Amino acid sequence: MNAHTNVEAAPLLAVSSLSKRFGDVNAVRNVSFEIERGKTFGLVGESGSGKSTVARLVLRLLEPTTGAVHFDGQDIGLLNASKLRSERQHMQMIFQDPYGSLNPRMTVEEIIAEPMLVHNLGTVKDRKATAERLIGEVGLPKSSLSRYPHEFSGGQRQRIAVARALSTRPTFIVADEPVSALDVSVQAQVLNLMCDLRDQYQTTMLFISHDLRVVQFMCDVIAVMYLGQIVEQGPRQRIYEVPSHPYTRALLSSAPGTDRDKRTVLEGEIPSAHNVPKGCAFCTRCPIAENICRERAPQTTQVEDGHSVACHFA
Amino acid sequence: MQDRTNPPNPGLDGDDKEIVVVTKPVWQRLLANPTAVISVLCLMVLVLGSVFANAVAGSDPLRINPSIRFKPPSFEFPFGTDNLGRDMFKIVLHGGKTSLLVGAVVTIISMTVATVLGLLAGYYRRVDMFLMRFVDGLMSFPAIVLATAMTGYLGPSVGTVVTSLSIVLIAPSLRVVRGQVLVVRELQMIEAARAVGVPTMRIFTKYILPAVSSPILVQASFIFSAAILSEAALSFIGLGIGSEDISWGNALTESRNYVSRAPWIVMFPGLALMLAILALNLLGDALRDVLDPKLARRR
Repeated sequence: MNAHTNVEAAPLLAVSSLSKRFGDVNAVRNVSFEIERGKTFGLVGESGSGKSTVARLVLRLLEPTTGAVHFDGQDIGLLNASKLRSERQHMQMIFQDPYGSLNPRMTVEEIIAEPMLVHNLGTVKDRKATAERLIGEVGLPKSSLSRYPHEFSGGQRQRIAVARALSTRPTFIVADEPVSALDVSVQAQVLNLMCDLRDQYQTTMLFISHDLRVVQFMCDVIAVMYLGQIVEQGPRQRIYEVPSHPYTRALLSSAPGTDRDKRTVLEGEIPSAHNVPKGCAFCTRCPIAENICRERAPQTTQVEDGHSVACHFA
Repeated sequence: MQDRTNPPNPGLDGDDKEIVVVTKPVWQRLLANPTAVISVLCLMVLVLGSVFANAVAGSDPLRINPSIRFKPPSFEFPFGTDNLGRDMFKIVLHGGKTSLLVGAVVTIISMTVATVLGLLAGYYRRVDMFLMRFVDGLMSFPAIVLATAMTGYLGPSVGTVVTSLSIVLIAPSLRVVRGQVLVVRELQMIEAARAVGVPTMRIFTKYILPAVSSPILVQASFIFSAAILSEAALSFIGLGIGSEDISWGNALTESRNYVSRAPWIVMFPGLALMLAILALNLLGDALRDVLDPKLARRR
């Protein structure tokens, strides 16, 4: 099968020129990226930068205004409702809020087994066995299966959400700020767990966070978003060692642990997506902005193989 | 049905600590609520009295006996007798059968329709547009006027009363269900279910319906009382169930000419009616307090 080998070599997920408007708000503007098989792609940005909208567009929980998402070689925008639903067994999602994303009226076993149930995978017995295996793999006792989500803490619930996401053995998982709602002490445990299971199941991931340390820990490739656009994208080492966009530099320097006097402190807040500045979207807060930035939007240019940036001065 | 939504104290979010929130079943919390207990007891007395009317009061409530007209309440006739010498105790108990049955059937029909339509309206925007205009139309008349027009057109019988009341009482319940669904559909668990690939039908039955069941139950108790009251009102003005059957409303109609001479003829059916409606409304309030602790605390 010639086509098959081609598909294997192609990236698992290819997002091209994705845009989403909500009324007169441009939440996501012309976003393109690819995720190779087995890699974890990190999307960072402030709240309001459109990260979560990208996650929902990628899984087609929202319909894009323009642009396409190719998953495993097929355009998921062209799938009809039932095909899309069945395709969902290969792509799962972990949500930010472990209190809100689990049905409070289902037992943990029902929650973990539900993806297998609705996709007709295995028998009742198989599903029970899988749920028992998964609950162990996420580090919770087997007795948890007969209990309800409210009996667990946030971190434990997120472990349950991870088990649910893995139950159909998906090739792709979107994690939307999976640890942001958790206490710092618990964050590391859940991240380690996700790391281990990702390696064990060889899952490709889209990992979304506003926390650069978390992204650095989890991701192979990182894209930085600002006001609905990707301003810089590249391999992890490049982003952390030679950040090329002034916004990326500001984000990195404001991370805890940086010397106080070396910090670049950004003025003001991220502008409203109702009212995107003319020219470069970042020009209102950029420490190195010149006249050209207020007039013309910068093109995305490659600074090195796989490392691209949208800035006039990169 | 159990309320399992209260989040554990976030301050205790150590990952290895187990947090056990003890939530008593609804019926246990209802038992701890005196209003609920009293209203359930009242309703039980009324329901059992009506169901076993033959055993408690004897059969043939409509038998006329001119020799015992206008007897005041006594040991023999606890509720007295009316202008035709009929035993009011029998009339109230047998009448309760009709009144409560009409109330129950109307509640079941209108709540079922309102729940199904409310789920659809709350979940699908387009259905919502259409249905809500229809509901606005229904609600621009007082329900009783609409029901009067319908029964007047169709002729008085139990069937037409049930039909017309079921239709006019759909609108307010539909609003309630729809409003709750609008809240629930925005919860992250619905998005999570869609992301998993849960079919829409299962999202309705496993996610939305359980989450809106408490307000539906509360609404049902109010609809029950509204149905009983409306049936009585329709019967009172002669557009109810017809004179060959008896209900509390019917009994009130026939006796209203004798209020001054024999007040007990009016008093006892009226008292039964009042008791049923009061109990149902109080039960509805108690249910709301028990099922929605947040609301109760605010009051």
